[in-house]
Amino acid sequence: MKIMVAIKRVVDYAVKIRIKSDKSGVDTTNVKMSMNPFCEIALEEALRIKEAGLASEVVAVSMGPTQCVDTLRTGLAMGADRGIHVDAPSPLYPLMVAKLLKALVHLEKPGLLILGKQAIDDDCNQTGQMVAALLNWPQGTFASKLVLDKEKNSATVDREVDGGLETLSLDLPAVITTDLRLNQPRYATLPNIMKAKSKPIKKMSLAELNVELRSDLEVVQVTAPPVRKAGVILSSVDELVDKLKNEAHVI
Amino acid sequence: MENHKLAAAIAYRLLNQTKHSSKKIIHQRLLIPNFSQLNPLSSTSGFTRHASVPLKRFLASYRWDLQKSSLIRMQNISAIHHRKFGSVASAVVQRNPNFSTINNDDLIYFEKILGAKKVIQDHEELETANTDWMHKYKGSSKLMLQPENTTELSQILEYCNSRRLAVVPQGGNTGLVGGSVPVFDEVIISTRRMNNIISFDQVSGVLVCEAGCILENLISFLDKKGFIMPLDLGAKGSCQIGGNISTNAGGLRLVRYGSLHGTVLGLEAVLANGSVIDMLGTLRKDNTGYDLKHLFIGSEGSLGIITKVSILTPPKLSSVNIAFLACQDYISCQKLLFQAKRRLGEILSAFEFLDSQAMNLVLHHLDGVRNPLPSSIYNFYVLIETTGSNESNDKATLEAFLLHAMESGLVSDGALAQDFSQASSFWHIREGIPEALMKAGAVYKYDLSLPVEKMYDLVEEIRTRLGSAANVVGYGHLGDGNLHLNVSAPQYDDAILSQIEPFVYEWTSRHRGSISAEHGLGLMKAEKIYYSKSSETVQLMASIKKLLDPNGILNPYKVIPSSLSSSSIEAYDKVSLLIFSNVQDVHMKSQPTICKLPWSTF
Repeated sequence: MKIMVAIKRVVDYAVKIRIKSDKSGVDTTNVKMSMNPFCEIALEEALRIKEAGLASEVVAVSMGPTQCVDTLRTGLAMGADRGIHVDAPSPLYPLMVAKLLKALVHLEKPGLLILGKQAIDDDCNQTGQMVAALLNWPQGTFASKLVLDKEKNSATVDREVDGGLETLSLDLPAVITTDLRLNQPRYATLPNIMKAKSKPIKKMSLAELNVELRSDLEVVQVTAPPVRKAGVILSSVDELVDKLKNEAHVI
Repeated sequence: MENHKLAAAIAYRLLNQTKHSSKKIIHQRLLIPNFSQLNPLSSTSGFTRHASVPLKRFLASYRWDLQKSSLIRMQNISAIHHRKFGSVASAVVQRNPNFSTINNDDLIYFEKILGAKKVIQDHEELETANTDWMHKYKGSSKLMLQPENTTELSQILEYCNSRRLAVVPQGGNTGLVGGSVPVFDEVIISTRRMNNIISFDQVSGVLVCEAGCILENLISFLDKKGFIMPLDLGAKGSCQIGGNISTNAGGLRLVRYGSLHGTVLGLEAVLANGSVIDMLGTLRKDNTGYDLKHLFIGSEGSLGIITKVSILTPPKLSSVNIAFLACQDYISCQKLLFQAKRRLGEILSAFEFLDSQAMNLVLHHLDGVRNPLPSSIYNFYVLIETTGSNESNDKATLEAFLLHAMESGLVSDGALAQDFSQASSFWHIREGIPEALMKAGAVYKYDLSLPVEKMYDLVEEIRTRLGSAANVVGYGHLGDGNLHLNVSAPQYDDAILSQIEPFVYEWTSRHRGSISAEHGLGLMKAEKIYYSKSSETVQLMASIKKLLDPNGILNPYKVIPSSLSSSSIEAYDKVSLLIFSNVQDVHMKSQPTICKLPWSTF
C-alpha cells in the first residue's frame, strides 16, 4: 500500500511575526520557514506505518513556489521515499489544495492520505475534510491514535473532539488528519540527509493535473490584535468600586 | 632562639605529615615563606617535582623570612589544612575581627536612605540570599539592602566603609564558586532593583543598561530590535549582567563573539568608599589613559560594585543552524573542531561537547528531553551551531562539512535541526547538564582551561581514581578549550574530595592550564590562585585591592588569599603562632593552640 502525505511550508512557529505595513499580510521576507508541525506529525505517522511493514512506500507532496522543494527535502531526510512538487503560485487556499490533492490521488492511487489537521499560518482546518468529500473517501480528523488492520483493510482512529475522545473505524482508502498527540516526529539524521539528496522529487504543473487556478477567497486586511494594556494596581476596595462604576461602567 | 628553632621544627614536622602525598612541602606553597628562595628553579605555577627540602635549609630560609615579612602566612596553616579536607569551606575560614557587626543605628540609617521596603530582614528572603545556587555554601547575613540607583548604592557603601561593615554584592546569585553569598554576616547588597535599560543605539548596537538587568530580559529586548547579546549561558533566566561582567562570564558563544573584555565598552562602578567611577563610554575606540574597566571585569565584586554597563551587541543574523553529532572517541572530537574551524569558518558560533555519562544523566533526570540519536550508545556528543546571514548558503556549507566528517569517519551519526523547536531541544540537552547534576545528588564542580589534546585525559584519570564511588562527567566548551569536570556522588563525602583535590589542580597546573576558566575563584578557589598565577602577580593584585578597598569590606575572604588582603594584615598585630596539636587527625577534630613568643627572638 502506498501512503501519500501532504506537507506545507510555513513560517517557523517560533518566529515572532510582523505584519506588513500595508496590512496585506504577514512579512515573510528573511524569516525562517520550515515544515508545518502538524505535517511533520503526519509524515512521522506514515513512516511508522511503513516501518511496521504495513505500507510499501511513502510519497510526500507539497504545493507552492520553488522553495517548497527545501521542505520536501526535509521530508525525504526524515525518511519519505519520493517527493512531488506541484508548482503553483502562493497563496493557495484550502479548496485549491484539495482539488490538487484529488488529482494527485487519482494519479498515484495511495491507500491512505495523511495530512496535518491545520496549517499554523492560516489555521483553516479545511483541506483534509474537503479532499475527503471530493474523493468521497471516509475521513478521520484530529487523530490522536491510528491503528491499521491489513486483513479487514480498515483503520481505527481515536479522534480528539470537544467532548473527549471518539473512536471510529474507517474502510481504506481514507483521509486522516493528525493532531498534536499522535506522535513525536523524528530528527533528520545525517545518513538520511545524505540519502535524501539522491531521492527523486517530481515537479508537476497545474496544467498537467488539469486543475484550474481559481481564487475563491480574497484577503482584505491583516491587522495585529490590540496590544494588551498594562494593568493598574489599586490601593483599596473603594478605588476599585469607583473605577468599575465610573471608568468601566460595569456597575 | 631556641623557641624559634622549636617552632620551626614543629612547623616542618606538620608540613610533612599532611595526608596527601609524599611531595608535601611543595603543595603548601603559602606555608613556606619565599619558596623561591629555597628552590630557584621552581615553576611559576607553584608546583615542582623536587623532593622534600632538608630541614637545615628550611630552617635557614624560614628564619630569614620571619625576620623580613609578617607572620600572617604561618597563621594560615590551619585555614589551608582545613580547607583541603572540609567540603564546607566557610566552616574553616575565620571571621575577620576587624569587621563590625550591624547595630540598630545602622538599620536606622539604611532605612533613612533607602526606605523600609528596600531594607530586608525577613528570615525567608535572607535564607534564599544566604545560600548559593548549588546549596553548597551558606552564609549567616542578617541584612539585605536593595538600592534602586547609583546614588543610593554609593551612600550605603560610604557608610559601610566608615563603619567597617563587610558587604557582599549580589546579582542573580547563580555563581558556582560561592562568590555571591556571604561567608559570615556580611551585608548583602542586591542589585535586583537596578534593572532599567537606559538606552539602545539602533545603528551601532550599543546597549546601555543598569547592572541588575536579567540577561534573558536583555536578550528578549534586543530580539525585537534585531540584535543579540554577545554572551549566552544556561543561567540566563536568573543571572544579571552586572554579575556576568564581574565574573567575566564566558558562556556558549565565546568562540564567536569573544569575551566580555572585548564586548564591554564601558561601565560605571562604585568603590568601597562610595566614590562613583564613571567610565560609561559608548565608544568603540577610546585610547585616553589606562583602561580601568578591565580591572573590574572579572574582579568578582572585590574591587568595586558595577552599577551600569555599556555593551556592544552583535546584529541578529537570520540563519541559525544546529547539528547534534556523535563521535566514538575524543580524538575525533578534536579533529572535528579543527575541521569545523576551517570549513565552517566565520559562520561557526558554538562548539560544545559532552560525554556519554553527561547524556545519560540529562536523559534520566530532566523531563521532556529525548536523545536525538537513540539508535546507538556513543561515547561523545558534539553540538555545532552556525550563525550567518544567508540561509541556503549556510545550510549548504554545513551539510558539506557534515558529509565530509561522516565520510572521513570523524562522525558516527548526527541529526540536523529542521526548525527552532528542534534547535532548542538540542540546546536543552547541553544547557540542562548542570541542572541534571544538581538533581542527581552532590556534585563537585571543576572548571578548567586545558590544552585541547589533554582535556579528556584528566576526566579519565579522575574516573580511574574514583572507580565506582562516583560518576565522573565531562562536558564543556571544546571550542575554547574549557572543560567542565563534574563528579557526581550521592552525597558530599570527604573521602571522594580527597581523591579529587588537589590532584585536579596539580594536574591542571602541570599542563599550564587554568584552575578556573570562567567560573572565577570566589570562595571555593580563593587560596588556590597560586596553581595558575605567580606569587609576584598575586602580590600586585593584593596591592591593587589594598588601593581600591583599604578596609577590605568588598566581598572579603574571596578571590585572592586572605593572607594578602589588607584586613587580615591589620588583624594580627600581636606576635603569635598557630600550631596544631595532634596533626595525625586533622579531620576537624583538632584545636589550634596559640603560642606566644617574645619579640626579642626575632
